[in-house]
Order: sequence, then C-alpha cells, then structure tokens
Amino acid sequence: MFGDYSIGDLGSIFVMQGFAGLILFSVYVLMALGLAIIFGQMGVINMAHGEFMILGAYVTWMTSNVFQAYMPSLFGGYFFLAMILAFVASGALGMLVEWVLIRHLYKRPLDTLLATWGLSLMLQQAYRSVFGAREVGVELPQWMLGSLHVTDSIEVPINGVFVMGLTVLITVSVAYVLYLSRWGRQVRAVVQNRIMAGAVGINTEKVDRYTFGLGCGIAGVAGSAFTMIGSTGPTSGQLYIVDTFLVVVFGGAASLLGTIASAFSISQTQSTLEFFMSGSMAKVLTLLAVVGILMLRPQGLFALKVRK
Amino acid sequence: MIINSRFFNRSELTGFIVLAAVLFVILPLSLDVFRLNLVAKYLTYAFVALGLVLCWGYGGILSLGQGVFFGLGGYCMAMFLKLEASSVENTKIQSTPGIPDFMDWNQITSLPLFWQPFHSLTFTILAIIFVPGLFALIIGTAMFKRRVGGTYFAIITQAVAAILTILIVGQQGYTGGINGMTDLRTLKGWDIRPDHAKIILYFVEVVLLFTCIGIAQFIRLTKLGRILVAMREQEDRVRFSGYSVANFKIFAFCMAAIFAAIGGAMFALNVGFMSPSFVGIVPSIEMVIYTAVGGRTSIFGAIWGAILVNFAKTSLSESFPQLWLFSLGALFIAVVLAFPNGLSGLWADYVQPRIDRLFARKPKSGWNGNSVADGAPAE
Repeated sequence: MFGDYSIGDLGSIFVMQGFAGLILFSVYVLMALGLAIIFGQMGVINMAHGEFMILGAYVTWMTSNVFQAYMPSLFGGYFFLAMILAFVASGALGMLVEWVLIRHLYKRPLDTLLATWGLSLMLQQAYRSVFGAREVGVELPQWMLGSLHVTDSIEVPINGVFVMGLTVLITVSVAYVLYLSRWGRQVRAVVQNRIMAGAVGINTEKVDRYTFGLGCGIAGVAGSAFTMIGSTGPTSGQLYIVDTFLVVVFGGAASLLGTIASAFSISQTQSTLEFFMSGSMAKVLTLLAVVGILMLRPQGLFALKVRK
Repeated sequence: MIINSRFFNRSELTGFIVLAAVLFVILPLSLDVFRLNLVAKYLTYAFVALGLVLCWGYGGILSLGQGVFFGLGGYCMAMFLKLEASSVENTKIQSTPGIPDFMDWNQITSLPLFWQPFHSLTFTILAIIFVPGLFALIIGTAMFKRRVGGTYFAIITQAVAAILTILIVGQQGYTGGINGMTDLRTLKGWDIRPDHAKIILYFVEVVLLFTCIGIAQFIRLTKLGRILVAMREQEDRVRFSGYSVANFKIFAFCMAAIFAAIGGAMFALNVGFMSPSFVGIVPSIEMVIYTAVGGRTSIFGAIWGAILVNFAKTSLSESFPQLWLFSLGALFIAVVLAFPNGLSGLWADYVQPRIDRLFARKPKSGWNGNSVADGAPAE
C-alpha cells in the first residue's frame, strides 16, 4: 500500500492525517470533558449529552444569524460571544434537568441512563420542531477561512487550529477549576465520600447541581466549536455519544488525564487508519480495539487507586 | 429443584390465559391480515423483552446490545431466504446469476464462503440459535469473568451494537449495506408473502413465543432463577456463599441473546426483510424501553409492554409524527421516575387488589390461591 508514494509524500500524508486526527481529537476531548465530569465524577450516565452539545451548536448558529442581520461590522468576533452564550444556555438547561430529573436517581445509575435517553428523544424532537429537520451550517468569519501553508505539500486549515487552541484553553480551565479552586475541592470531596462531605458542611445538593451544570455547559461549548468544522442537525448529537462514552471509559472514568490520553489515541488511530481503508472499516477496527482492550483492562487506562 | 409446586400461581395463570386468549383468538378474529402482520412484527420484540426480563429484570444485567442478537438471528434467517430467492432462474439478468442481487451490484462474482452453509435450512436454524448464543458467551465470559458489570457493561454492549451496525452498513457487498436484505420470497419453496402464509406465520410465532414463555417461567421457578434474583440484590453475598456469579450472569445473558435471536428470525420471516436499522443503538435501547414500560420483572408485563408501545408507536406516528418522540421520551422518563415496575407494577398495586377483593366477597373462591400468590413461596 505504500508503493505509489515517495518518502516525502508519505511524510506529508502522515502529517496531514495526523492533523485531521488532531481536529477529531479536539472534538472528542471537548465532548468527553463534560462527560468525564458528569459520568466520571458523579456516576451519572448522561445519554442526552450529545443533545446538550447540539444546543450549544444551535445557540452559535442563532448568534451568527443575529450578528449577520444586525451587526455585520462585528461579525468577525461573533464566535466569542456565541461560545459564552452556548455555555450559559447548556449549563442552565443542565441545572434544570438535574433539579427535575437526575437528583431523584443518584442511587440508581442504570435508571439515569434510561431517563436521560428519554430526555434526549424529547430534546431531539424539540430541535426538529423549532429549527427544522435539515442540517444548518454556520457561516465562518473571514479570518477563519483558508489554511496555513506550512510547506509545499502540507497545509493546515485555520479553523482547525482555532478549535485546537480552544480545546487547550478549555481543558486547562477545567483542570484549574477541578484541581485548584475551592469549589473543585468540594466537588472531589463529594465524589469521594458524599456523607462525610455533607458532614463537614458542604452543601452536596448544590455541588451536584453545579457540577452537572458545568459538564453540560462544556458540552455546549463543544457544540459551539463543532459548528466550525461541520453542520448541525437535530440528531447530530447521537452520532457522537457512543464514541464519547468509550473515550471516557477507555481513559478511566474519574481521570481527566486518562480522558485526554484516550481521546488522543482513539482519534489518531482512527484518522490514520482512515487513509488506508474505508472510513467505516477504520471506525470498526478502532472501536473493536477499544472494546478488546477494555475487556483486558476494565478499569481503563488511568484508574484512580481507591479502596472499594 | 422446583420450589413452587405449581408452574403458574393464580395471578400468573390469569395473565397466561388472558395473553393466550388475546393472541390466539381475539386478535386473529378481529384484525385484518395487514394489522395481524403488524402484531406479528410487534411480537418479535416481545421475544427480546422476554430475554431482557431474565437478564435485566431478574439478573440485574442491563444489556444495551440486544439489537445485536436480534440482528444476528434476523440476518441468519434472511441469508437463507435471500439465497433461496436468488436462484439461478430468478437472477438470470445479473452478470453472475445465482448470487444475491446486492452482491452482483457490488461486483462480487462468487458466493462468499460464509454464505455457503446458509443453503441448508437445518444449518440456518442451528445458526439462529448458536451464532448469537456463542457471541453472547464470548462477550459475557470476557466481561463477567473480570467482574465488569453495571454501567460499564451497558456501555460496552452499546459499543458492540454500534460496531456491528457500522460493519453491516460498510460491507455492502456481503450484507446488503444500509438497505439490508430485501425481496425475501420463499421458505423451502413455500411463498411467505401471500395473506394465508402471513396468518400461518403469525400462529407459528405465537406458539414459539409461548414456548419461550414456558422456558423463561421454568428458569424463574428453579433455584437458578432465585440465584439470579439474589445476585441482582446482593451480588457479593451470593459470591461469598460459594456460587460462581459470573457463570450465572453468562447464562442469563446467553438466554436473553437466544430469545432475541429467535425474535429476529421471526422478524425476517414475518416482515420480509432485514436491515441494519434494527441492529443499532437506537433499536436496542427501544427494546429496553418496551421491557421497562411493561415491567422489567414480569414476563407477561414485558410482552404487553412490547405490544402496547409498538402499537402506540405505529398509531401515533401514523397520525401525529411530531408527537411520537415526545411521548416516547416522556413515557420513558415517567416510567423510570414514577413507576419503576412498569405496567405490571401498576397492575399489581392498583388493579389486582381490587380484583382480589371482588372475588374475596364470594366465599371459597380466592383465598386458597392467594396465599401462594402474594407471599414468598415457602421452601
């Protein structure tokens, strides 16, 4: 399969495929971060996570339309406002859902899976009724179009670079919030021992609600970033949910570092394989490898060492 | 070791008689062939629901990959039917006569090796049971021996469902791709498409369903069934008592897989095609929904759940397509939040006591049976 390419060509191909893999990696990380917080920290299986992401994407789409119609001069910067709005909208919906639905089910994790699946069906239908069944695409501002020419045969798209930068920024802030801030300490305390955390005066219900909200908010930002590289439809979220769960489980549920490492290995494997075989076979092989490794090492790549 | 001296207690006997009367007499007499065929399609999901009662309701193992086994059973049956439908004289306009049409469209010139044995009906029937059974055995052994359970098992079975769907869609030449296997015509020369064949197939399916109910009920009543329930409630205690928890879980999962596969095979026969849209994540979760709505711990409840939810799906999506997903989602949330035992729980809590009271007024009719029905069976 290498016969037709020169060494230089092959190098460029690997770099370009590697870069495509990095964009996929960014999307996985953004989606998986929110899920790692909700599933890894709280133990809630949120099947509606993809729908929270799509909400962020729709908010971005609406913001871009508003800017286009009323403030064309500021269009170049709409994305930053859209991202904040997406975070707020998804986060607020997340907190509402936690209050109405999830908080009754903390002791029945398998039932959260079923209930949030029901929620995802309702949200999908809501999107379809409000925004229509057709996929919508966001118009990118001028400065994000085009690509950077690194060498003659290697070029990288600017929006991809932007999404990657965004991913790094969000990952660092989440790590900061969880591991260095006072609130993050409370979250980790509640996760490790809910009763003791309550006994030392942490309002565990409030922590739960904000944690869930944060996870959903990050999903909203992920959706916002997602609009830069693909179009959005009512069921786009569902396409990613299984991959995302696998990323989180593969990485070791409660470990942020593991989530990033597993998102990296899965996305790189998939995009490199995609060059040599059809996209579907690449995906099948990647998923099979992940499931196979999980059977050998059920706790994931990076497991927290805790006594059970 | 059979704990109850009787196979069905009184309320189960009522459930059995009602279901038998509805499926054998009332529906065939009151519905036209088209609607009866729809009921046959719903009943294929009842097989899956029955398996889920054993594996999820009793064993506590939530599998989100039942579509995989439904699909494997269905595809085995469909492969046999497709081979029979693409005999040399039926396919003489193709560039390679005698192979299924989708292979010809994908420039495949000879029948692939794994298709060859599906010329034989005996092999096909064995494959319908053993292919999904073995597959479940492999997954189950790999997972349960390493004590993976609960949410992780659910997610991994879901991933398996995703893998199989992508594989079927991707390997168009071997599987028919996204369109699936269509245009299935005859079973050993017997045309499965006309009305009288549909009626016969319906009755075959109902008889099979009742056989499976019998098997499930038998498992439930033996010591095995009690260990399954014990495992669901306190897995560690069962393990400390010296039972191999993994083996019981594997058994329950394999039984559920085989039931689902029988349902899938009946689906291919009754509906006349098989496609990857019955294999993936969404149908797998819907199958769990039927079970949950009907009542995850009740054999008859789950079957009613499969029939009623599908009936609601057909009628709602015929008249209000917008409403269907909303109501399905809302139904699901309501079932999980408010009635974890589904319809059968509602029945047992609200309807059954009234009926009992009604009968109790008449002397000597209900009480003898009741002491067996409500209390835990004496050992």
